Amino acid sequence: MWVLLILIVVVGLWVVSAYNGLISLKNQTVNAFKQIDVQLKRRHDLIPNLVNAVKGAMDFEKSTLEAVIQARNQAVKVNASGPEGIKQISQAENALSGALSRLLVTVERYPDLKATGNISQLQEELTSTENRIAFARQLYNDTATQYNTKQQQFPTTLVAGLAHAEKTDLWEIEDQAERAVPQVDLSSR
Amino acid sequence: MIGFILFFAWLGFGGDYIWALSSTHHPFPWLGILLTVVAVVTAWYAYKTGPEKVLWATGAHELTDPQTDAERQVVNVVEEMAIAAGVPRPRIWIVPDDDPNAFATGHDPMDSHIAVTQGLLKICNRDELQAVIGHELGHVKNLDVRLMTTLAALVGAVLLVRDGMGRVMGRGRLGRDSGRRAKDAGPLVAILLALWVISWLIAPLVTQLLALAVSRRREYLADDMSAQFTRNPLALASALEKIESAAAPTESIKRGAAHLCICDPLGRRLTNKEGWLADTLATHPPMAMRISRLKGMGYAQLKKEGGSSTSFAPA
Repeated sequence: MWVLLILIVVVGLWVVSAYNGLISLKNQTVNAFKQIDVQLKRRHDLIPNLVNAVKGAMDFEKSTLEAVIQARNQAVKVNASGPEGIKQISQAENALSGALSRLLVTVERYPDLKATGNISQLQEELTSTENRIAFARQLYNDTATQYNTKQQQFPTTLVAGLAHAEKTDLWEIEDQAERAVPQVDLSSR
Repeated sequence: MIGFILFFAWLGFGGDYIWALSSTHHPFPWLGILLTVVAVVTAWYAYKTGPEKVLWATGAHELTDPQTDAERQVVNVVEEMAIAAGVPRPRIWIVPDDDPNAFATGHDPMDSHIAVTQGLLKICNRDELQAVIGHELGHVKNLDVRLMTTLAALVGAVLLVRDGMGRVMGRGRLGRDSGRRAKDAGPLVAILLALWVISWLIAPLVTQLLALAVSRRREYLADDMSAQFTRNPLALASALEKIESAAAPTESIKRGAAHLCICDPLGRRLTNKEGWLADTLATHPPMAMRISRLKGMGYAQLKKEGGSSTSFAPA
């Protein structure tokens, strides 16, 4: 009789703690996703400044700039759809990352341009913004992986349904787009 | 912290008990109450004012309005690392010292401070700076800052109280007579007395050793956290190598705050040795060991193609 009672209490306590653990991870995942969003907004706001700063000096690299602007506008549009569209958002943002890194490498190739005015400052801002996005993404992926693993592992999986825990998508990185070698057009120089 | 208070209570009440056993006219345990109160007050005071004390002692000034490129970069790097660690951005302080070093202090992730020397900003590139800041934020996230800042203040307090009490007892009759009386009262009292006296003698030593042991283990953990945040352990390895080769003592960081820093600011040779003595007495693990650990991580990561994998579990 006593043994049974103690068993029930122990199991009850375990259910409570497992449930709370899952809920807390779930909220951390949601929060980590919000952080990516904040950083993406920052990037979207920064890009017009950057483009304006290099526009005058870079008449010869029109296509690179156009690509950045287009990718940015696309990303802003998709971003409004919220966490459900995580796949689309990450695709649009990856395209933007690719366009931006091509622009950065292009700027790097013109020392005169680097020396003028606040380009180096903008470059630092952009590097930092890219890092922030990468780190926010990393935190989100780490937290989401932890959450996914937790709800699939054996004893915890029993309360996963109770906590409405569902597998969350990770933020995929498309190395192809990000590491594409920029094509510098030197013919019009 | 609780251990510290209990230890002082034992010193106080134990003394009273022995005194009560060995004499007849000592009804009230004033020594115990006094010492316990002292311990509680010092512990609380150390906890409250620790971060300000440490920052004030190093002559750091807060970086609120970055002007130069280097300053802007620090602010950006700290913000990036705060995102990676998932903690609010700590306040940033600059220590006017040409020797490279960095430390973190504060109570919890909501209220933390990171200080870097000007020398560090000069010799480190962006990746290395990021790794060093990652290490410090590792301390913040593990709540090491609270523990270690408080320990810094407590080590000082114990030394002070011991010196004061030693003087009082040397003058009082306890020191001269109690030994003989204890013998009259029986072996139990004698043993208690011996234990009590020994506790008094080793009190400062114990607190200090405790601080050291905690500190060394935490350094490894913070190195791991840095690698986890930046996914780039080789950057921290090269930063540590640079810091080590600029081996001049960091003058503006005093002895009491040594265990808060990324590497021993006193330039003690002990830190570079291995073995039992160094294991017990140094505030930091040997630099060579930290660097080789990080390099091991880095090469393991390179082997796993690309290095973008999430292979670093927090230790």
